[in-house]
Amino acid sequence: MNDLQETPPARSTVDAPSCEQRRQALKIAVIGMAGLGLLRHVDASFADEATDKRPQPGDRLVDINGDLAKPLKADDIKLASKPILAFPFDPATKKARDGSRLNKLLLIKLDATVMNVETKARSAAGVLAFSAICTHQGCDVSEFLPEDKNLLCFCHFSKYDPLADGAVTAGPAPRNLPTLALQEDNGELVVAGLLSSAPGAKTNT
Amino acid sequence: MSKKLPWAPLGTVLATLLAPLSASADMANYSPVTDARLISPEPQNWLMYRGNYAGWGYSALDQINVDNVGKLTPAWEFSTGMSEGHQAPPLVNNGIMFITTPNNQAIALDAKSGKEIWRYKKQIPDELQQLHPTNRGLALFNDNAYLATTDAFLVALDAKTGKEKWKTAVADWKSGYYMTLQPLVASGKIIVGCSGGEYGIRGFIAAFDAQTGKEIWRTYTVAGPGDPNAGSWPTGKYATGGGSVWITGSYDPKEKLTYWGIGNAGPWMGDTRPGDNLYANSVLALDVDTGKMKGYHQYHHNDSWDWDEVSAPLLIDIERNGKKIPSLVHAGRNGYLWWLDRDQKGKNDIGFVDAWPYVEQNVFTKIDPKTGRPTYDPTKVPATNKTTTYCPSLWGGKDWPPEAYNPKTGLFYIPAQNNLCAELTGEPVKYKAGDLYIGVPLQGILTNVRMTEKAKDHIGEVQAWDISKKKLVWQHNYQYMNWGPLMTTAGNLVFGGGTNDRKFHAFDATTGKLLWEFPTNSGVIGVPSTFEIDGEQYVAVQSGWGVDAERMQGAFNAVLPPEQKNTVPQGGVVWVFKLPK
Repeated sequence: MNDLQETPPARSTVDAPSCEQRRQALKIAVIGMAGLGLLRHVDASFADEATDKRPQPGDRLVDINGDLAKPLKADDIKLASKPILAFPFDPATKKARDGSRLNKLLLIKLDATVMNVETKARSAAGVLAFSAICTHQGCDVSEFLPEDKNLLCFCHFSKYDPLADGAVTAGPAPRNLPTLALQEDNGELVVAGLLSSAPGAKTNT
Repeated sequence: MSKKLPWAPLGTVLATLLAPLSASADMANYSPVTDARLISPEPQNWLMYRGNYAGWGYSALDQINVDNVGKLTPAWEFSTGMSEGHQAPPLVNNGIMFITTPNNQAIALDAKSGKEIWRYKKQIPDELQQLHPTNRGLALFNDNAYLATTDAFLVALDAKTGKEKWKTAVADWKSGYYMTLQPLVASGKIIVGCSGGEYGIRGFIAAFDAQTGKEIWRTYTVAGPGDPNAGSWPTGKYATGGGSVWITGSYDPKEKLTYWGIGNAGPWMGDTRPGDNLYANSVLALDVDTGKMKGYHQYHHNDSWDWDEVSAPLLIDIERNGKKIPSLVHAGRNGYLWWLDRDQKGKNDIGFVDAWPYVEQNVFTKIDPKTGRPTYDPTKVPATNKTTTYCPSLWGGKDWPPEAYNPKTGLFYIPAQNNLCAELTGEPVKYKAGDLYIGVPLQGILTNVRMTEKAKDHIGEVQAWDISKKKLVWQHNYQYMNWGPLMTTAGNLVFGGGTNDRKFHAFDATTGKLLWEFPTNSGVIGVPSTFEIDGEQYVAVQSGWGVDAERMQGAFNAVLPPEQKNTVPQGGVVWVFKLPK
């Protein structure tokens, strides 16, 4: 068999090729193997690359379905409307951190006057940020239900309360949706901390 | 006492030492699963998804029967340690049981005691999203066991040890391909199909060499360039046209033809892909050695209802006007019961015989008596930016849970959902690899269910049909849903779970009388099986609510008054029943 390994390659601090070199080499290998009909699953998550890193303090946010080079402003988010899915944006490299779908974030603007002190402290002009990856089976949390003011994962109908630290209110999700504190800088949304817990489902036992 | 005491610790030590030896001793005598055994499976074993290649879900065992089933009692239980949908039948090969669980785990057990012999865990990529966290079982062949995974791998395990022999990437999970079905073993090949129509995949069925994992053939379920039916799609749409394969095909070893049910086209709204969209919503007949398509029948064209025809048809010989027809029978998700001829004109092509609704259906206005092609009521066809109500609901008259056929009663049994409709609104959608590609607002799916007035009486049904007479012989009603795969036996019994009250049921196969029911730990959506060891018959099933049954409960909870809402507990357990001695 010609399976590529499923786990990231071992790292070495001595004479190691750069991440970019490794990535290029991997791409060439994958293209070559695809040409030979030998393509196998590749799950190389180079988690120390800028585009793969989880959201970092100081990051901006960009619309996944929009311009990945244009940082979002608080005014771009409409009150209590369909959430925006976003990637963190590294201001140093000017690149979206789109190397992992676990970096997907959900942005929702809610009435700040109904937020408790902790929630309000995490918000920026009413905008709240969460991991967009359901803690149940890893699907995208992408919907807001205006009737019960909950976030919804379509896959198995798990619901989360954005005004209560992303607490599970219905469905099979086992834990809160991780939160991410925001602040504002000249109207732009800026990441103000780290995700409150690791994003995604934990399906390997 | 004083004489026995010194021996007690030694006994414990011996028991500990002997336990694994005993397990490996069983495995030392493991019976290879040959082609001959799969073609004529012995009654004491359950070697494949539905017990036989014809897809009957039937056992010739009759020790447990209508006269004594009321005394059925648990022999042993085994907690899998997993939650989510437990749907795999417990396969049994001469005393060894094989099950699979959600999250791509496979377990071998001593079928008499429930003792675990080995467990295999396929590592799951952190980034994988599992829309359908379930698995429908291992395929057994020679000394191997084959697992199809939600990250789209086919894995060959040593059936004696659970050690991985090889694994082959069948497709790219990052583009939304995944598998939940039990592979089909036929003519020395391991045959699988991929799901992922909700993510804009192009479905296919593929065969792999049982020894090496090397791909032998691949047949697409969405007609593309070079296919005579490519014109049934707008240019380029075939590449994201869906046509998922969810369920193991049935097989006619005499003709070496295998039959597969094909899912709906994607995205959901038909107006986004004008044309018939072959071979979505069809049954395909494939040559098992080459993958060449020998025939097909499309149950309905240009689907807009999410009625993917996931189940493979059952192969049954049925008399019509004094002539025996080698038939394919399928209870469609579209709410019609389909009777097809699998040897039309003696050419192995698939011909239409008859079709009629078995649940409330308000979309088809007529069926062409020669071709079986339905005509639609245009007011019941959902479209982009249009809201439509139609019946049955998007879960159909019957979703994936398999029907059963009993050659002794001559009846065909259907686990049905009735008196349910759906309201859907289409919306424009753009394809992006790995993202949902449905074209329906997701919160609209949560609230899609519309219960008819008759739903106040019941929703779930177990139906028994005499196909040749087009006659419903009996029907048992459940207040809410029925997600219970059915099994029938020579003991004149029909077994099935499927209800949100956690119960597993047994019916008189001739009359439909409820003879026995047992509340398990969770809801039973597993495929039942039966087997015999040392002269004793056992009935086995996994209980573990999840996936679409749970999703339907969520949709019910969104529209039902608070006192009727329900949460079914999760957690997988293998239940094995027998008669008391």
